[in-house]
Amino acid sequence: MDAKEQEFLDYVQGGGQVETEDWMPDEYRAKLIKFIEMHGNSELMGVLPEREWILRAPTLQRKLALTAKVQDEVGHSQLIYRVVEDLGKPRERCLDDLISGKSKFHNVFHYPTKTWGDVGVIAWLVDAAAIISQKALLKCSYAPYARIMKKICWEESFHILHGRDVVLTMMLGTDEQRELVQEALDRWWGPLMQFHGNPISREEDPMYVWRIKSQGNEEARQQFLDGYVPQIWELGLTVPDPKLRKNEDDVWKYSEPDWDELKRVVTGHGPKTAERLELRRTSREETAWVRRAVLAEAA
Amino acid sequence: MTDQVQKILEIADDELILGWRNSEWTGIAPLLEEDVAFSSIAQNEIGHARALYERAAQELGTTADELAFDRSPEEYRCSRLVQLRLVPDWAATIARHYLYETADEERIGVLKQSEDAELAGLAAKIDREEAYHRMHAQMWFERLHDEPRFKAALDELQPLLDVRGEHTPEFATLWEEMTSVRRSLAGATW
Amino acid sequence: MIYEVFRQERKGQAFAHAGSVEAPNEEFAEAYAREQYGRRGESTALWVAPRDAVHEIDDFADELRKNYHRVDGYPLKEKLGKARELAAKGPRGLSAGAG
Repeated sequence: MDAKEQEFLDYVQGGGQVETEDWMPDEYRAKLIKFIEMHGNSELMGVLPEREWILRAPTLQRKLALTAKVQDEVGHSQLIYRVVEDLGKPRERCLDDLISGKSKFHNVFHYPTKTWGDVGVIAWLVDAAAIISQKALLKCSYAPYARIMKKICWEESFHILHGRDVVLTMMLGTDEQRELVQEALDRWWGPLMQFHGNPISREEDPMYVWRIKSQGNEEARQQFLDGYVPQIWELGLTVPDPKLRKNEDDVWKYSEPDWDELKRVVTGHGPKTAERLELRRTSREETAWVRRAVLAEAA
Repeated sequence: MTDQVQKILEIADDELILGWRNSEWTGIAPLLEEDVAFSSIAQNEIGHARALYERAAQELGTTADELAFDRSPEEYRCSRLVQLRLVPDWAATIARHYLYETADEERIGVLKQSEDAELAGLAAKIDREEAYHRMHAQMWFERLHDEPRFKAALDELQPLLDVRGEHTPEFATLWEEMTSVRRSLAGATW
Repeated sequence: MIYEVFRQERKGQAFAHAGSVEAPNEEFAEAYAREQYGRRGESTALWVAPRDAVHEIDDFADELRKNYHRVDGYPLKEKLGKARELAAKGPRGLSAGAG
């Protein structure tokens, strides 16, 4: 690392923020693009598991809320891809790389949504896990990304309420409804525990070193457990991990998450990866003429 | 059922089913920006359906949700135009959007003149949102009017606008899906 | 084309940069900005401008001590401390000298 790069590193590690036009080391730019692009991909792919349930929403209110939530996610991907684009990678190239499997998206969006119980558990707990990571990005060293995160976090907080309301209503309903929630939680717990990544120390995490992230993986997971396990328990739901408990030192203990599964899933081998990427590919092809017709004049 | 309630249900059914169809684009629209915009239109339409069902429900002694979901498919009075599943055909979707908004303006205009002040007020609220839909439809119309596939879609869909009381096979599929969670557990609250 | 969007959160407040949208023309840009930055009523008004219309100026060098027209050019604290100390020792006027 040369002196200029070292100076930049010291600057961001001291809490300094960078704008698009500022000089930045190539490595920093590459890391930023990779990280932010994966976030954009995740928002866009996160649309698909819930989208299937828009048509089946059981009341007008739920239909409106779910449509609005999915709309927010598309909106987030738009905001995020714009940031990536200003860093030098156009949206169309991001979509190419997403569809070809060259770039990644979050593990939780590779799984099927089987029942209306999943809709509640995803909006409540997957969004809760996501907002913990996203709140830590409010302090990102890359200022344009940090700024849009304010809007994103604000919108995610509605999603969590919507999810919690769906779950609560079902828990107050029939035995079959309570079973739907428990069964969904049983399936989602593993992916949720993998969500924040393996517990490497933050000093070894290049995203932390460059202050793209402001917390380590394990810190995020502990925060998630601390915030949400009590909320899960108070509804009479069971977390499917017999080892889960909070020690006297206020640290949550849990069974080792399946890191092999995480690796398999994010490298494109999840149960729904191929099908969802195929949907992205075909829907993009089917509407390519619109983009050509509409954007041609502007070009 | 009075003629007025009949008319309200007819409009509500149109808005509900069109909103449902338009929401099928959420997440897969041609541009991310358009995805967000079109989803708002779908939400507005469902919101209009809800307000109109609530109004009809007062007179029929039921609820908006029951009117929206718990009738048998034959009871829906929606136009054939709104029943069609048009995803992933954006040209046909915009053609329907344009045809529907143009016709809807007239219908809502009549409702705004209603002697029933409450209904006229509701129509005025709906119309304020519809004005934005019309602007959006017009914007796309101007953009696509030279596209052969758009012109063909307009010609094909135009005659379906006023066909009511007849259901497409696609409507049956939509109804099955739309009511599937509700029917899965009788009497449950969601 | 990229359009920059600025939003005002409440009447009377300054417009702040909100983000950007891609659109084929101004009309689409306005519709998209309205949805992306105002659909929950979180803005009272938006400004939408083509990116090219926004000119950034960031070369505000001050290498020759031009702080005389800024508050940081006037560090009064130390002098004020001394003056107060002096004043506390009693009056220093003509009468004292005459005694």
